[in-house]
Amino acid sequence: MATETARAAEVVDLADTPVRELNQRLHDLAGDAKGPRRWRVRHPNGAHAVACGLDAEVEVEVEGHVGYYCAGMNKRATVRVHGNAGTGLAENMMSGTVVVDGSASQSAGATAHGGLLVVRGDAAARCGISMKGVDIVVRGSVGHLSGFMAQTGNLVVCGDAGDALGDSIYEARLYVRGEVAGLGADCIEKELRDEHLVQLGELLVRAGIDDVEARDFRRYGSARTLYNFNVDNAGAY
Amino acid sequence: MTTPPQSAWRPGLRESALYDRNVIAEIQRAAREGIYDIRGFGAKRRVPHFDDLLLLGASVSRYPLEGYRERCDTDVVLGTRFARKPLELRIPITIAGMSFGALSAPAKEALGRGASEMGTSTTTGDGGMTAEEREHSKLLVYQVLPSRYGVNPDDLRAADAIEVVVGQGAKPGGGGMLLGHKISDRVAGMRGLPVGIDQRSACRHPDWTGPDDLEIKIGELREITDWEKPVFVKVGATRTYYDVALAVKAGADVVVVDGMQGGTAATQDVFIEHVGIPTLAAVRLAVEALQDLDMHRRVQLIVSGGIRTGADVAKALAMGADAVSIGVAAIIALGDNSPEHEDDYQALGTSAGYYDDWQAGRDPAGISTQEEELAARLDPELGGRRVANYLRVLTLETQTLARACGKSHVHNLEPEDLVALTIEAAAMARVPLAGTDWIPGFHSAD
Repeated sequence: MATETARAAEVVDLADTPVRELNQRLHDLAGDAKGPRRWRVRHPNGAHAVACGLDAEVEVEVEGHVGYYCAGMNKRATVRVHGNAGTGLAENMMSGTVVVDGSASQSAGATAHGGLLVVRGDAAARCGISMKGVDIVVRGSVGHLSGFMAQTGNLVVCGDAGDALGDSIYEARLYVRGEVAGLGADCIEKELRDEHLVQLGELLVRAGIDDVEARDFRRYGSARTLYNFNVDNAGAY
Repeated sequence: MTTPPQSAWRPGLRESALYDRNVIAEIQRAAREGIYDIRGFGAKRRVPHFDDLLLLGASVSRYPLEGYRERCDTDVVLGTRFARKPLELRIPITIAGMSFGALSAPAKEALGRGASEMGTSTTTGDGGMTAEEREHSKLLVYQVLPSRYGVNPDDLRAADAIEVVVGQGAKPGGGGMLLGHKISDRVAGMRGLPVGIDQRSACRHPDWTGPDDLEIKIGELREITDWEKPVFVKVGATRTYYDVALAVKAGADVVVVDGMQGGTAATQDVFIEHVGIPTLAAVRLAVEALQDLDMHRRVQLIVSGGIRTGADVAKALAMGADAVSIGVAAIIALGDNSPEHEDDYQALGTSAGYYDDWQAGRDPAGISTQEEELAARLDPELGGRRVANYLRVLTLETQTLARACGKSHVHNLEPEDLVALTIEAAAMARVPLAGTDWIPGFHSAD
C-alpha cells in the first residue's frame, strides 16, 4: 500500500491504492476510533466516490481533480479538493465542510441536509437541487435549474445564475450577486432585509470570501403558490 | 344532486359501451372540478394477467410430490452478485416499498412484524426509515428515490439492502405525490417540508441521468456501505427488456420489475390506467434480458404488480422470477376495504371493496392516514399477524402448486409447466395456448 506519513498527515496515493481501500480506512475512523486525523490524497485522477460516506472529525486534502460524488453523504469531515469536482459533489451531505478550489460539475450539494459546501470556481447546472438544509457558497456562477425544488438551507452565488433558478422551490433561500438569466416556476425575488445581510455576511466569512459585499446580493425564494394543488395554477405545473 | 337508482334500467334504455356510467361520471367531475382525479390503489382495468395462465400438474409423464410429506423448499438469496451480505429470505415473497407518510406508523410496523415472522423483508418508501419500522423489520430494504426525502447515511448503513427506485408500475416516468392532509408534523419533519403542503416529488434522480451515471451512483452507494449491502434497482414496466439489461450493466445485484397493476398511494387515475405494460409481459421480457446476458439467477429478479394468490406467485416463479413483491395485497391483509368499516366507508361516499382514496388521509382502517385517531384503530400486533397469515397462505398455495408439478423447490417451476388460456397471454408470457403448441409471435429456429 502506497501510504506514508509526512508532516503528520497520512498520505494515500490513488495511483497505486484503490479508492475502496482509501474509503475503508477513512470509514474505520467512524465512532471516533483511533487513527490519523489528517489525510492527503494524491493522484485522484478523476476517480469517483473519493472520500464518500465519512463520519469522523478528519481533514482530507485531495490533490487533484475528482470524479462523481466526492464527499458524498459526508458527516463531520472536512474535505478539500485542490482541483475540479465531477457530478454530485457532496451529495446528501449531512454535516462537515467540503471545499473545492476549482469548479464543480452538475448537482453540487444535491439533497444535502447540512454542513457547508464551498465552490471557489463555478458550479454547473442543478447546483443545490433538492437541498435540505445545507449552506452552499459559490464564488463564481451556477448553471441552469440551480436550487430546483430546494427545500431548506442557503445557496449563495457570487457570480451569475443560469435559467430557471429556484424552479419549484420550497423554503430555501437563494442569494445571487450577479445576473439571473431567469427564475423558475414559483420563484420570486424577495426583499433583502437586515437579517439576511447578517446571514449572508456570516456565510461569506465561513466560506473565506472577503472580496464581495453582502449588500450587493439579491434574494430569491418561494412565492408559495404551488404549495397546494389549485386549478388556477395549472399552467405552472 | 339527484342520483338515479342503480336499477333504473328498463326496456329501451341502452348504456353506451364507449360512454358507460363511469366515463360519464368522470367527464362530469372533470367539468365540475377542473383538475385531474388523484387516487390510490392500482389499475382497475382488465389486462392479461397470471389468471390467464394455467399450470400443468404432473401425471404419467411427470410425477408429483406428496403434499404435507415431501419437501418443497421456498428459500431464496437475493444479492449474490456483489454484496458481501446477501439477503437470505425464507420465502420468495417480499413486502414492497411503501412510505411512512403514505401509510401510518402502525401500518408500517405491522408490515415489518408480519414480514419478520415469515422470514422475509419489508421495504421503506419515499420519506425515509422510521425507528418503529427498523425495530420491527428483521430484514429491511432501504429505498433511494429521486426526492431523497429522509435519506441519510446512518439509515443507509442500518438497512439490509438498498433499492434505487427509478420508477414504479403505477406511474413509470412519474414522481411521488403526498397530499397535504398527510403531511403531518412528523412527516414534514422527516422530509424537510412545510406542514400541510401538497408534496411534489421529482421524477428524475437529482444527481444522475442514464445508465452510465447509474453505474457510478451504485458504486458510490456500495462505497458508503463498504460493499456489504445488496443493491436493487426498481423499474416500472415499460421498455422492460432494455431497462433490465441496463440495470444489470449498471451493476445491480437485484432487479425489481413492477408491472402496470402495481399499487400507489396517490397518483393521477389517467397515469395508473394508461402507462406501462402488464406484469405478465414484463416478467417474460425481464427474464429474456437476464438470459441474453447470461445473468439469469446470478442477478435476481423480483416481480410485483398484482400478486394476490399463491397461483400468481407460482406462475411468476415458473416464468423465471426469483421472488415476488406485494403491496396492495399486503394493505388489504392489514384490513383495508374490510366490511367492518362499512359505515365509515359509506360516510366517505364509498363502500368496502371500492375504497381507493388512499391519497386523502381519511382511511377508516387506519392504514393510509396520518390522523392519530384513525391510525390508532390499527393494532400493529394484530395487523402483523394478519400479514403473516396471508404470507403463510401465499407460501402454502405456492408449495401446493409446485408439488403438483413435481418440484422440490418452488424455483424449480419453469415455463414448461405453463400454458395460456388466451392468445394475448400466450403471446405476452411466451407459453403455448392450452392444448396447442402455438405461441403467437414466436418463431422457432426450425
